[in-house]
Amino acid sequence: MDLIQTIFSDPEVWQITILSLKLSGLGTLISLFIGLPLGTLLGLGKFPGRSFLLSIMNTGMGLPPVVVGLAVALMLWRSGPLGSLHLIYTPTAIVIAQTIISAPVVTGLTAAALQQLNPRLRMQLLGLGANTTQMVAWMWWEARLSLLAALMAGFGSVISEVGASMMVGGNIRYQTRVLTTAIVLETGKGQFDLAIALGVWLVLLTFIVNLALTWIQQKGARS
Amino acid sequence: MNPVLEILDLEVWRDEKLAVEVEHLSVNKGDVLAIIGPNGAGKSSLLLAIARLLKPRQGTICFNGFELNKRSDVEYRRHLGLVLQEPLLVDASVASNVAMGLRFRRIGRDVIKKRTDLWLERFGISHLRSRSACNLSGGEAQRVSLARAFAIQPNLLLLDEPFSALDAPTRINLLEDLHRILAETGTTTLFISHDLKEASQLANRMAILLNGRLRQQGTPEELYANPIEDDVRTFLGISEPN
Repeated sequence: MDLIQTIFSDPEVWQITILSLKLSGLGTLISLFIGLPLGTLLGLGKFPGRSFLLSIMNTGMGLPPVVVGLAVALMLWRSGPLGSLHLIYTPTAIVIAQTIISAPVVTGLTAAALQQLNPRLRMQLLGLGANTTQMVAWMWWEARLSLLAALMAGFGSVISEVGASMMVGGNIRYQTRVLTTAIVLETGKGQFDLAIALGVWLVLLTFIVNLALTWIQQKGARS
Repeated sequence: MNPVLEILDLEVWRDEKLAVEVEHLSVNKGDVLAIIGPNGAGKSSLLLAIARLLKPRQGTICFNGFELNKRSDVEYRRHLGLVLQEPLLVDASVASNVAMGLRFRRIGRDVIKKRTDLWLERFGISHLRSRSACNLSGGEAQRVSLARAFAIQPNLLLLDEPFSALDAPTRINLLEDLHRILAETGTTTLFISHDLKEASQLANRMAILLNGRLRQQGTPEELYANPIEDDVRTFLGISEPN
């Protein structure tokens, strides 16, 4: 109980919490902007190589964060192709890595959500005079519960990852330390009580975000 | 005067198989043309090709004298009303569903409300206007689907077996209402069916599609009096002449 009080009264924990939410939220938002149109194209489009692209996305859904971290670190490293941007060990590097982790999840689940709809619904909408934008908007509306689930899965995949954040962020105090990397650090120091308390706080935080999204999802559920 | 729809040498292929071929077919203003044939004859493929939802491999479709390849599909489809076998309503109120085609055309709100009210009334579903479209019976849902298509005031109404999933009493009621509304509005209609009775009740012209080929067209009386070949005669249920 004392430990929980310590956590909530420690400004550093709040700073880490806010940074974690900010970075993971931003990574999820960017992956939504990438994943929603790309998933729609893969779910509704018919073009050569579509199945191949879908299998790449499905593979990407299980991409180990540590591998993403390694790839992003190699790109952003001082001697790497994007080294001149000086992004390694910055919050931006974490957002880039988390977007790469989350985007395939959102894309793959968006494609699956749209493929689950009755294929004749699309014909019906077009037959009523919808242009492509109007048709897609209604398809998203019809698949909104699954799309929100995709968003939740995307957020879940990044708020809980540690490998990529550690590798590209460097776990720098007040700069790139997020909840997961803080837990790793405290465990390394043998501060198991603090590590456990931070872990519980992380789970609770994830639960609160998902509770809010689930509430929105169920509010929009068919009666 | 140009026919509303004219089809020449059309071939539609699906999954590398010839689904339907039509040498010539025309629909004049005010016609209710029934395309009839058994299941798998290619009726729906023909209707989808007419709606430009399936691309024909060859042939010409002219709408009001203009060849379709030369106009945008969306612009063309905004002259059509389409009702498929399933009602395919979206998760919104009945009134929103009826107004959907009008919203796609960005018509003013006053006109949308007026037309929605009118067609809810004409199909006897005004009392359902605020109800979720997910909570309708099959017959009610198909009425909403028809009202949605009529609200557009289409130049050509395409109906793909809209009664096939309904039970007999519901089908009879809806068929009577549709017959009355078509007579009152004079809407040019192309109606797909495998049911000769249904087709005879609604249509002033019929075209028979067998094994993907349009075999014969004319008024119901002409078809029954002079079926050109044995398979047409068999399909129409006419016994062999002695």
